[in-house]
Amino acid sequence: MSAASIAQPSRAALFWRSFAENRGAVAGLVVMGILIVLAVLADVLALHSPIEQFRTHFLSPPVWEEGGSWAFPLGTDDVGRDILSRLIHGARLSLVIGFSVVTLSLTVGTVLGLTAAFAGGVVDVAIMRIMDIILVFPSLLLAIVIVAIMGPGMFNAMLAVAIVTLPGYTRLSRASAMSELARDYVTATRAAGASTRRLMFDTVLPNCLAPLIVQASLGFSAAILDAAALGFLGLGAQAPTPEWGTMLAGALQYYQRAWWVLAFPGFAILFTVLAFNLFGDGLRDALDPKLKR
Amino acid sequence: MLRFLLRRFALIIPTFVGVTLLSFVLIHLVPGDPIEARMGEHSIAPERLAELRHQFGYDQPLWRQFLRYEGEVFRGDLGQSVVTRETVWHEFVTLFPATLELSVCAMTFAILIGVPMGVAAAVRRGTATDYSLMGTAVTGASMPIFWWGLMMILVFSVSLGWTPVSGRISDTFYVEPWSGFMLIDCHFSDDAGACRSAVSHLILPTIVLGTIPLATIARITRSSMLDVLHEDYIRTAQAKGLAAIRVVVVHALRNALIPVVTVLGLQVGALMGGAILTETIFSWPGVGHWLIDSIQRRDYPVLQGGTLLIAVLVIGVNLGVDVLYGVLNPRIRR
Repeated sequence: MSAASIAQPSRAALFWRSFAENRGAVAGLVVMGILIVLAVLADVLALHSPIEQFRTHFLSPPVWEEGGSWAFPLGTDDVGRDILSRLIHGARLSLVIGFSVVTLSLTVGTVLGLTAAFAGGVVDVAIMRIMDIILVFPSLLLAIVIVAIMGPGMFNAMLAVAIVTLPGYTRLSRASAMSELARDYVTATRAAGASTRRLMFDTVLPNCLAPLIVQASLGFSAAILDAAALGFLGLGAQAPTPEWGTMLAGALQYYQRAWWVLAFPGFAILFTVLAFNLFGDGLRDALDPKLKR
Repeated sequence: MLRFLLRRFALIIPTFVGVTLLSFVLIHLVPGDPIEARMGEHSIAPERLAELRHQFGYDQPLWRQFLRYEGEVFRGDLGQSVVTRETVWHEFVTLFPATLELSVCAMTFAILIGVPMGVAAAVRRGTATDYSLMGTAVTGASMPIFWWGLMMILVFSVSLGWTPVSGRISDTFYVEPWSGFMLIDCHFSDDAGACRSAVSHLILPTIVLGTIPLATIARITRSSMLDVLHEDYIRTAQAKGLAAIRVVVVHALRNALIPVVTVLGLQVGALMGGAILTETIFSWPGVGHWLIDSIQRRDYPVLQGGTLLIAVLVIGVNLGVDVLYGVLNPRIRR
């Protein structure tokens, strides 16, 4: 019998097998899939434009309540906008916010972390001290201050959240790079004459990816939550943008009369953040065999 | 031990200078200078503007302005609010007890519920109990607490009428504010109605602010308990025939709590972030509410000074946790 016939399952198959054991993580993945479909097809799926105001339907209740209609399945807000259509378009914004924030702070954080690990000395101390200083400020407070100074808006809110989440990625990539640097394969590659940049990004980085991927998937939910909090405080996306946190801020004056303007955007945030957290937890358990028992 | 303490204290100084530098830089990123920002829409004669700039030192080079600012901060002078003319320090000290009282209540709530949740999940690992407890915890950790607070107001205050909507105590009571902590002050006021009112005002904000720490504590307690339950001394205790509850609570939990305590200290920053949202929703007259107000009023000295004080608080708590950890665990004193 040849050795090839004893088929080893591929790494991907092994990963999937241990990921799929975790039912919460699979549920999270399904919800993420649904959100992506909603975000991509928002223009087709939404019954109405997210900013169109139906002057005859102010605060009309959801369809199952008395006075509701199928034209507005989850009701309308105070200026007659369809809540369901706004939520669907909001999914697009939330995913864009999460993706942009994570991409920005993951990229910058990884470069800074690897630079600190490779350069050592003064550069290392300087980078890590700056990260420590950012960490001293409560992240939401620092994001609030940054946005208050740069001016409210979705772009500035995303930038602020990316800045406050930077230290996490920097510390993580520095720590993993340091432990890889001591290994023989790095010494061998260096001896073979590889440039520092090649060593950083081609040799060491791929071996540091697992914890960074986990951090990124959990960072996605933190980014959505923080951006929604900024929107809620009036510092993020501005009305009439259908951002979920901004929708909640708009509901403040009349939510005691019309519960649906409050309830649905909040559930949207909760389920999205929950889905990414469950997915991230599952990813961590599947990628890190040490945690499995 | 003394060397360990000295080194920890010495490390604080660059962090502190860095924190003041960051708060200085942030405020100087405000478009225009603080004088212009303060004037807002009002027009002002250019000569008067130059005079004010000179008076407040904004015409000096930046590095000199920073040195002056640093000197003021070290003397404890954080400037004054442009709205109330009170010193920032005075306003902070007046409002901080409200935030501290709420935070202590929230943390107590989180520990009292979170630790037993984590222990129960660890002891019954892999059962429906474990899954439902940890499902609850991950939901709590994903909670947009600003929405959670409003939903609770909607259900418990508006629909059921059980709790008040906002504030610390009903307007009908007057309590002499000698400690600033409502629960203590109303206790000494000998007015049972005032106490009941203060407690009922605290319930919802406590739950809202405590939700995320509760979820974090439950998850950490569970994983820490799972580590400990595998140790030999647990098997020994079980083999001696000790009651299961005694093994879990006395032998396992005591050791499992060490990482939990460390994480609690690191939660202070997150707690202050949560306090900003909670205080805004419940109109709780604390530091978080004050900072959000300062943004709306463009009161930059308050925003700058208040943020700096909170950062100093976090540095202090982190130092305390480090020292405590060094005392408890000689191995890390190095």
